[in-house]
Amino acid sequence: MAPNDAPAKSVTFSEAAMTLLFIAFAAFAGFVASRAHTPAYAFHAALFALGSIVAVFALLKRYELRDAEAPAPFIDGRPNYNYGPIRFCALAALFWGVAGFAVGLYIALELAFPAFNLDLPWINFGRLRPLHTSAVIFAFGGNVLLATSFYVVQRTCRTRLAGDLAPWFVVLGYNFFILIAGTGYLLGVTRGHEYAEPEWYAILWLVVVWVVYLIVFLATLAKREEPHIYVANWFFLAFIVTVAVLVLGNNTEIPISVFSPRSVIVWAGVQDAMIQWWYGHNAVGFFLTAGFLGIMYYFVPKRAERPIYSYRLSIVHFWALIFLYIWAGPHHLHYTALPDWAQTLGMTFSIMLWMPSWGGMINGLMTLSGAWDRLRTDPVLRMLVVSVAFYGMSTFEGPLMSVKAVNALSHYTDWGIGHVHSGSLGWVGFVSFGALYCLIPWVFGRKLYSLKLVDWHFWIATIGIVFYISAMWVAGIMQGLMWRAYTPQGFLEYSFIETTEALHPEYVIRAAGGGLFLIGALIMVYNIYKTLRAPAAASATEFSPLPAPAQ
Amino acid sequence: MTTYESWRELSASSGLFFFVALFAGILAYALWPSNREKFRRAAETPLRED
Repeated sequence: MAPNDAPAKSVTFSEAAMTLLFIAFAAFAGFVASRAHTPAYAFHAALFALGSIVAVFALLKRYELRDAEAPAPFIDGRPNYNYGPIRFCALAALFWGVAGFAVGLYIALELAFPAFNLDLPWINFGRLRPLHTSAVIFAFGGNVLLATSFYVVQRTCRTRLAGDLAPWFVVLGYNFFILIAGTGYLLGVTRGHEYAEPEWYAILWLVVVWVVYLIVFLATLAKREEPHIYVANWFFLAFIVTVAVLVLGNNTEIPISVFSPRSVIVWAGVQDAMIQWWYGHNAVGFFLTAGFLGIMYYFVPKRAERPIYSYRLSIVHFWALIFLYIWAGPHHLHYTALPDWAQTLGMTFSIMLWMPSWGGMINGLMTLSGAWDRLRTDPVLRMLVVSVAFYGMSTFEGPLMSVKAVNALSHYTDWGIGHVHSGSLGWVGFVSFGALYCLIPWVFGRKLYSLKLVDWHFWIATIGIVFYISAMWVAGIMQGLMWRAYTPQGFLEYSFIETTEALHPEYVIRAAGGGLFLIGALIMVYNIYKTLRAPAAASATEFSPLPAPAQ
Repeated sequence: MTTYESWRELSASSGLFFFVALFAGILAYALWPSNREKFRRAAETPLRED
């Protein structure tokens, strides 16, 4: 663009407002850091101050580099999609994925060989375990969901993502939350609630980021060019709304001081437990299920190049899933102080969840009907389809384990760990890998470097998952049976340490399985690295992942 | 009956009717014959884009 034709560049209201807000926040965080009660909190407040200063410089640099006019919503009649934040999240997902899998492997080794904790407080199992779970669920999974939801909502609404700075605030702000949460675990800052460990200040920040995410998503839906909102967006919207409600509900706590990382929950005892598992199970239901089903409903049809098997089933499946999941949480609290009727309610709704879960699985798998041969030639599609098969498998296992009689054997054992990993490695992991193998070439306008390497990734990771889950099934059932074994005299037959000794071989096999899964992810990183090093293809929008099949 | 029990019973029974009615409505919407064409077009959305 010739400088003469361009209108004079002027600062937008949001640029000015955000710059001022971040300057004020930097000063406030610096003040808190100087009065902080603990070194860990001082470190976090300093990180907030530093992050705010970096944000101010980023805003100035962006102003310097950007065009005078706002990006056009359409170019040559085609929507001018905003891929920048998606590119960032897709690559962040790869980074956090490898980090999270590596920490998982390390703690698996710590369980098999406890000497691996090196007697250091920062890397003992208790601190690394939440680092692992948060890194894989919220950092890896969260970035995959941000990337795919921002992509799918734009493409299926045929409109540019709403907001100029807001999408960047969401993706960078979310990753900053991950940084605060993760370093907090290592330094011993925790609320001690599973999957809800971050303390009040990290949660407040997350809530601000999440509300902006919701607004960006809703505003994009509102300016859509398509009359109907495609079903994938319903799942993404349910994920965003419900996670906001869950986080607010489970963090009803009062900080003891603005200078302290500690807070006190408003309710205690069994109420706290009930709310925690209402949160915890719906984190599974709406973060790890609804969000990733949104991915399935877009990427499986797209990659298979045929529409979803039954759109009607997707509607029934969506609403049934939403209504049932929210009640299933009490199955985490069988045989506790929770009222018996609440336990039975949780169990009943968990069993009813079979129907919508399998409705979703059938819809995903049957989309391939007539194109099954593609599984042989396209390892990316195979990854997506196997993820749906794992979804079906773990959503069959979950309701089974929620039955009180089964739960009496399975609860607190490694069976739970096996179940969670068949869902997270098999379903969430594979559907994410499959989506990223599609998404990264599309948003960077490149051709995927090697399908052969995807094939290697698929098989190595699949063998890893099989090692992992079968070892944990054996370990869990053995553990459960040993805990309930009595001698003829009526004494417990095994001490706890005897059960842990018996688990050693399974723990080694589990670590080997996790190692294979990590190797698969490293192959993916290499493949993506080579993809991005190649020269750009003509245009991202013109690029098709595969040649069009003869109809 | 205690307040706790009466509230529990009221919420359980009213919840049952509310959700069954809601779900019946959703089924009707999904299966209504005149919506067939709309849903067929909607299912094509990911494949139609440029």
